[in-house]
Amino acid sequence: MKRGLDGPTPEERPTPAGRRNKQGIRIDPEVEAKREPRRTVISALVEHEPGVLSDVSGLFSRRQFNIESLTVGPTEDEDENRARITVVVEEPDPGIDQIKKQLRKLVPVIAVRELEPDAMRRELALIKVNAERPDQVAAVADMYGAKTVDSSPESATFEVTGARQKIDAAIETFTQFGIREISRTGLTALARGTDDTAAASSTVSTADEANQQPNAQPQTDD
Amino acid sequence: MSERATKIPPAETEAQSDDHPTDGTQTDPPSEAESDAEAPAETTPEPVTNGAQSVVRALENAGVEYAFGVQGGAIMPVYDALYDSDIYHVTMAHEQGASHAADAYGIVSGEPGVCLATSGPGATNLVTGIADADMDSDPMLALTGQVPTEFVGNDAFQETDTTGVTTPVTKDNTFSSDPDLVGSDVSEAFALAREGRPGPTLVDLPKDVTKAETDCEPDAPKTPDTYEVQTHAESAIVEAAADRLESANRPVMLLGGGVIKGEASEVCREFATEHEIPVVTTMPGIGAFPEDHELSMEMAGMHGTGYANMAITHCDTMLAIGTRFDDRLTGGIDTFAPDAEIIHVDIDPAEVSKNIHADYPLIGDAATVVEQLADAVQASPQAKKWRAQCQQWKSDYSMAYDAPEDEPVQPEFVVEALDEATDDDTIVTTGVGQHQMWACQYWTYTEPRTWVSSHGLGTMGYGLPAAIGARLAADDDQTVVCIDGDGSFLMTMQGLSVAVRENLDITVAVLNNEYIGMVRQWQDAFFEGRHSASNYNWMPEFDKLAEAFGAAGFRIDDYDEVADTIEEAIAYDGPSVIDVHIDPQANVYPMVPAGGDNGQFALTEDQL
Repeated sequence: MKRGLDGPTPEERPTPAGRRNKQGIRIDPEVEAKREPRRTVISALVEHEPGVLSDVSGLFSRRQFNIESLTVGPTEDEDENRARITVVVEEPDPGIDQIKKQLRKLVPVIAVRELEPDAMRRELALIKVNAERPDQVAAVADMYGAKTVDSSPESATFEVTGARQKIDAAIETFTQFGIREISRTGLTALARGTDDTAAASSTVSTADEANQQPNAQPQTDD
Repeated sequence: MSERATKIPPAETEAQSDDHPTDGTQTDPPSEAESDAEAPAETTPEPVTNGAQSVVRALENAGVEYAFGVQGGAIMPVYDALYDSDIYHVTMAHEQGASHAADAYGIVSGEPGVCLATSGPGATNLVTGIADADMDSDPMLALTGQVPTEFVGNDAFQETDTTGVTTPVTKDNTFSSDPDLVGSDVSEAFALAREGRPGPTLVDLPKDVTKAETDCEPDAPKTPDTYEVQTHAESAIVEAAADRLESANRPVMLLGGGVIKGEASEVCREFATEHEIPVVTTMPGIGAFPEDHELSMEMAGMHGTGYANMAITHCDTMLAIGTRFDDRLTGGIDTFAPDAEIIHVDIDPAEVSKNIHADYPLIGDAATVVEQLADAVQASPQAKKWRAQCQQWKSDYSMAYDAPEDEPVQPEFVVEALDEATDDDTIVTTGVGQHQMWACQYWTYTEPRTWVSSHGLGTMGYGLPAAIGARLAADDDQTVVCIDGDGSFLMTMQGLSVAVRENLDITVAVLNNEYIGMVRQWQDAFFEGRHSASNYNWMPEFDKLAEAFGAAGFRIDDYDEVADTIEEAIAYDGPSVIDVHIDPQANVYPMVPAGGDNGQFALTEDQL
């Protein structure tokens, strides 16, 4: 007994020559654009209300976006009770675009912006090291402008702030003394000059964004 | 006592037209003279005295007529306030049914459907329906009871972190902690469910907050300031898209569910017919364009028609409106409309270039943007050859089936017979599975908001509770038919008790093949016919079961019973169930295997 419908079989049908890549972008065989992931900083201004951080982090986890760091804290407009969330992500451009749009969709999110590569980025780290050689430890701390937060006969704890690379370098240098514990805050950032980082008044039209290729300048952590 | 909720809910008297929602007092109903007057006859409502009354007042202000739910400990104060309200509460047999009924109510009426449940298990039972509404962007407001604030977080009796559980599946949710604000929280949630891209919202209501005294009247439904919806697309992109359309040789319009939700069906029909562009719909887009129109290529995707899939695969320009390019539509991304430039209209910027890159992103309200496009397009595309090709595909891959008299009843025949026996504006609801696909393929839909199904989430058991919600949202003279599968029906069949109590005129046709049919079909195709747990030869007799519930039961075993039985069941004034014993081996074709190439759809099992 025949099961199914009539018509030319798959082999007898014409097939188009084109293809799309994983991001749904039509591939031009001449110049096939391969989208490499890049690191970028996204800043969001949000209503500082319970659950907003879990909304944001939940969004990232269930959409499988790779968060490198996520920081949150109150910001200007204290009366309005707002907070700024800074997220560092590593994704190909379409993914970064999608993150911005998805974030903007959350009701408590007021504005979202991807920061320029020249934005100010800072991180804080507390580094607790063995203090068997106090002089040398102090010298290293001095080199990285680290402040002593605590010291005991066995250990010393320093606070280092700066760009990620500087903190990485400080940790690497401290390693020679034996690191007992490290705690890092993750990155926070603001745009330079009078440029708004992500402000209620400067919400970028998402249509504009959708139409322009996101900037692909190289990462320049200062 | 059984009141006929379909026809006249107790809230509505002749004096009160639909435009003047009742105000929540029964003490002083407006007289006929008053409601005919220029200004709406607003009797001064009793001031609210507690949080729960404020919640109910918010619903009344929003014009809510029906609410679907189940009583329980933590939601009791709200139900107590409902007792005095004109809102008609439909007590469901299970909270899942409440959320599906509210969802379907939202689809058919366009206004958010409201469902209620208590804390803990009540709230978690709603989750399936909420997730379903979220995937399909259906407007819905869920209100859940919560344990008193002082117990929150202590694992109290019937406590669940409801906002935590529902965050991933709601458009927005709120834990309401202030009796003075609880009503406004509900108003805001109602507005959010409806505005922009619709979706489900939830307000969690701790019992102490709803019980607490307050005299705060809720605000009018309004979305928060941080919620921005762009209605008009950038004119430069509209111009560019219009140029592209004008120069297209193989244009296709792809209409998604957003066309129906955005009330854009009419303007899309005008646009397509004026410029003679073939139209394909997604599954949620069914009804956006009349399927009996020459330009209609019907539904595309995994079980879409062969001609629709040929059209979307070979087009050079696709005007996609209100669709999120679900994988059941696109098949493999790499082979989806590979030659086409995509013009994508959507109100949600996040849907643009999410799955398929949009060459022309048009963010805005579907109806507004299509009007913008219609103004910008000066000349119709030169696509005579393409239209002829589309018609050729329609005859090459026609949806004809064999129905030999000496074999078991074919499901396609039953769907067509139901379609024939009912009017064009008949509402069809379904569960999920083979029967749902036959209902897509062999029913000719011509009107928006007549196709009510679980698309994105694919929820088995959706059909019957959805029929209840759809029945209450539909016009009185509209017929509501639920085409269900045996497995699906078994999942939420307890809803029959509700349909009987409310005497809802619904006809359920259970296409009974004693299998989880779609699974059986896939097992035959991809798992060497190993029917692991898909054989349901232990099914009850649904006609007798219907009678046990107090509904009318019918049974079809042969072709010669089909027409008469259907006629009788539809004529029955109240819920009826037809147990249709179909060919257990019947399969759904065409079929694009998951992740496959739409143009390579299989017409028979051998081609898979």
